[in-house]
Amino acid sequence: MTVSVAEQPSVRTARMGPPAATYRKWGRESWVRRAPLLPALVFLIVVTQVPFVATLVMSFMNWSAQPDAPGKSFAGLANFKTVFSTPSYRQAVLTSVEMTVTIVLVSAALALGIALLLDRKFLGRGVVRTMMIAPFLIVPIAAAVFWGNGILQTGFGLVDGLLGELGVHHAENISFLTTHPKLSIEIELIWQWTPFMMLILLAGLQSRDPEVMEAAAIDGAGAWQTFVHMTLPHVRRYLELSIVLGTIFIIQNFDSVLGMTGGLNSTNIPYAVYEVFYSAKDYGVASALGVVVVIGSILVATFALRVVSSLLSEEED
Amino acid sequence: MTALAPTAPGRLDVAATRSRTRRRLVGGGLALLAWLIGIVFVVPILYMVLTSLHSPAHAQTYPPSWTAPLTLSNYQDLFGATNSIRAPLINSVTTSVVSTLLVLALAIPAAYALSVKPVRRWTDAMFFFLSTKMLPMVAGILPIYLFTTKVIHMPDNVLVLIVLYTSMNLPIAVWMMRSFLAEVPTAIIEAASIDGAGTLRILTRIIAPISMPGVAATSLICFIFAWNEQLYAKVLTSVTAQTAPVFVNTLIQTEHSYLAQLSAGATMVSIPVLIAGFAAQDKLVQGLSLGAVK
Repeated sequence: MTVSVAEQPSVRTARMGPPAATYRKWGRESWVRRAPLLPALVFLIVVTQVPFVATLVMSFMNWSAQPDAPGKSFAGLANFKTVFSTPSYRQAVLTSVEMTVTIVLVSAALALGIALLLDRKFLGRGVVRTMMIAPFLIVPIAAAVFWGNGILQTGFGLVDGLLGELGVHHAENISFLTTHPKLSIEIELIWQWTPFMMLILLAGLQSRDPEVMEAAAIDGAGAWQTFVHMTLPHVRRYLELSIVLGTIFIIQNFDSVLGMTGGLNSTNIPYAVYEVFYSAKDYGVASALGVVVVIGSILVATFALRVVSSLLSEEED
Repeated sequence: MTALAPTAPGRLDVAATRSRTRRRLVGGGLALLAWLIGIVFVVPILYMVLTSLHSPAHAQTYPPSWTAPLTLSNYQDLFGATNSIRAPLINSVTTSVVSTLLVLALAIPAAYALSVKPVRRWTDAMFFFLSTKMLPMVAGILPIYLFTTKVIHMPDNVLVLIVLYTSMNLPIAVWMMRSFLAEVPTAIIEAASIDGAGTLRILTRIIAPISMPGVAATSLICFIFAWNEQLYAKVLTSVTAQTAPVFVNTLIQTEHSYLAQLSAGATMVSIPVLIAGFAAQDKLVQGLSLGAVK
């Protein structure tokens, strides 16, 4: 950054040849302009980048906190081999991918449908919109513990209770959380994240040009045609944005696993890293897991940045 | 929609009436569907509140005792002498409010340098901020844990959480604030500057009033994210600095009827977020989409 900013005035100097004083003034001015930016930049580098570099270093080390463990040493790629060869860790990677993809795609599809419904005028639209937003405003761990204990719990949970009321009695109550731990978490997170995506998509739908939509109707376009040829292309970027942002948040999900299943057959990467603190204490392997999450996130992020940059580039011109 | 179906001449009126009725029926059906979905989404919350108002014995029956007498005793117990939520709530308020203030102190100048008087290559800086948000929190937690416990000897300390929550929310806040500041028309600023207004005057008289709703929305969203955070709080605190979300999770005590108490705790801890969320409702989307959606 410093290089490029220093370069540009000198290019101008060569072309137009202003006096040295102006050149100095430009330099000073760019520092004055940049000064407000620096505290935030420095703070973020220290608090987020430095720990990550430390994690990267630790992922190449033998480092265990077990009392009888040998001292720290260089491990090469051994920790990464452990991550990919230990079934439980490999499973955690797979679980993270599976749950994130399922939750994001189902939420996005549901959110699009609901946003289309809420885009129409009807009696009580504001009330329905408020009801729809509410799940997103429940503290994640509170939502997780209540879904785990008050709704999906065997016996006294709401689902079991409602089935009983409807006369669907069974010899033994369903223990949904233990038989379908991943699905339970997915349902809870879809409930919590659909509202978020719906809000973005609804804003997208409402930013359509009403005159263009009217023109389409006058020209005889049917509802389906309008949806496929006009609405869908218009909301596409909003759909991309909601998927990208949803992925960034959902891939980091820790609260639902902790609050609903305690990791039973549903340990994802964040939960696996967390467990290291309380059981394995193998810092090297935990760091390697952390690095794996980062690589996964970078893949998502590359796509994410492309989406967001298309939105920013319009403004830069 | 159906109004555009081809109609034979002469039968126009009948067809139009029929199609209008059909359209009304479809519209009514869709409205009903919207209501049903809304109810499905809100029922878990209503049931949580209802359960929190039932006695521990009534809350945990099969099938649920819908009409059991209501009581506030679970909330009284929550603030009772033993195992009270009061200290965790105070910790949550402290960490969320202080970290939000710090975020604003850092983000507003940065956003100013990225929008009103943008530095060269300001998009690079924007993307640096965003990329730190894409780094999963779990990736740095081990060094942070070792540093706070072994190096600076500050385990179980709210200050550590405040610093971490500030870094967690700063990128979002910079993006949000930039989008709000970018809405300040440059023409006004230029006009004021021609009329001889200094930078400070422009800031306090023009930019501040216009961007105030944006600052408010940014603060509310940062507050929500800090309040909700569980991973750092759980790993880095134990007793003194325990936050409310961590406390709620400790209410699962399966040896006795715990559901009523747990529901009260879950409701209690969510109330500030619900208030903040609905207060920020108008700007919620713009904020959460990092300013990409207006």
